[in-house]
Amino acid sequence: MPVLEKGTLLKRHSPLVAPASEQMHVIDNTTSVPAFDDLLRRNGLGTLSASGIEIFQINVGKRCNQICGHCHVDAGPDRLEMMTQETAAECIRALEQTNIPKVDITGGAPELNPSFRWLVQQASRLGRYVMDRCNLTVLLLKGQADLAEFLAHHRVEIICSLPYFQERETDRQRGEGVFHRSVDALRRLNGLGYGVPGSGLTLNLVHNPVGAFLPPPQAALEADFRRALDRKFGIQFNHLFCITNMPISRFLEFLLRSGNYEQYMERLAQAFNPQAVAGLMCRSTISVGWDGRLYDCDFNQMLDLEVGFSAPRHVSNFDLAALNRRRIVTGRHCLGCTAGAGSSCGGATIGLR
Amino acid sequence: MDHYYCAHDLAKFSDMGKESPVLWEKFLGWYNAVFAEGALSEREKSLIALAVAHTVQCPYCIDAYTTACLEKGSNLEQMTEAVHVAAAIRGGASLVHGVQMRNIVEKLEM
Repeated sequence: MPVLEKGTLLKRHSPLVAPASEQMHVIDNTTSVPAFDDLLRRNGLGTLSASGIEIFQINVGKRCNQICGHCHVDAGPDRLEMMTQETAAECIRALEQTNIPKVDITGGAPELNPSFRWLVQQASRLGRYVMDRCNLTVLLLKGQADLAEFLAHHRVEIICSLPYFQERETDRQRGEGVFHRSVDALRRLNGLGYGVPGSGLTLNLVHNPVGAFLPPPQAALEADFRRALDRKFGIQFNHLFCITNMPISRFLEFLLRSGNYEQYMERLAQAFNPQAVAGLMCRSTISVGWDGRLYDCDFNQMLDLEVGFSAPRHVSNFDLAALNRRRIVTGRHCLGCTAGAGSSCGGATIGLR
Repeated sequence: MDHYYCAHDLAKFSDMGKESPVLWEKFLGWYNAVFAEGALSEREKSLIALAVAHTVQCPYCIDAYTTACLEKGSNLEQMTEAVHVAAAIRGGASLVHGVQMRNIVEKLEM
């Protein structure tokens, strides 16, 4: 891994880390690919607008026990940005005013936020379907011994990162030893019923390509994962989500350092699929940052691109009617969600099972 | 023009349709049908293409099908075995071009 740097961009004082506008400068100046809005117009798709919020996604902070090479959050143990209990309470107040059915909690490793369990309890109390984006190894940390049981008790869907069913690829992306620790965590979740047919406890896996290329067809890779994980480790899971790597933060740094950036952006543009636009997750999601600011998606959040076009910008001013019909803020990075079979927090957006 | 082979030329492949659009369209239609999911999966077809690419020693094909194999979910172990199949048929002359495939994997992977 000659071009993959260790540590967060913040710790290494990378020029990409702050302000995020430096990343936007790189992305905006990639004139070898068309601007996203131009591509929409060229395909007769007009401008991108929300279609109503179905998912209330909360990013509770950048702290994580891992430092993955593709992380668009630049999360890591040295990151101190964490949602406070006060902001968490504002999230719950916003939810109370609405009937948004799903709450998606992410980070960093969201479970490391002291308000994580309170958020899960409150969202469950409101009858919302709760999802936890889990890195798996957090389940094995000291002090988190009861985390898996807590999640099972609240029937939380666990969406966990596992880029490949082999050690080599997984550890190249996520760090040495992560694959085997992830396997241990998955076995523990299976032991609680997660991913086991009939249990009602949902365990989904996430694949991100381990490099500068697009993800495989989701159904085909899911079959490979299912066969390999069952045969080698006896692990069961519900579904695999394929998510395209976005040219943001540490993955952007990798692309630039490895000389793959231009080619990757051209690949995304070349693979632009107009059919993927209707199902873009930004259309049905509102993304809340650790400080309560509102974004169209978690990627825009990391680029400091707040909701625009007069939509309320903080969770304390949450206005569902205004946000439901807001226009989406876009950039060339959005090409990552429209390439091939499309990409979202729930995996491919077209050609689904 | 200092080299007969240039990586950027791969993107100009469609220029071959400029003087013979009808033939190009026929070729493209057939080519795309060949690689569509059928009795063999897209992933298997890409692995075969990768092996053949090494047999015909076409750097454009190696580049394209290394990426295609990764994008169909194959791993380096499987791709290496495919190259060995080609090499077993054609011998060491094919096998040595596996180095090129590895270079591309090295460039693309983190």
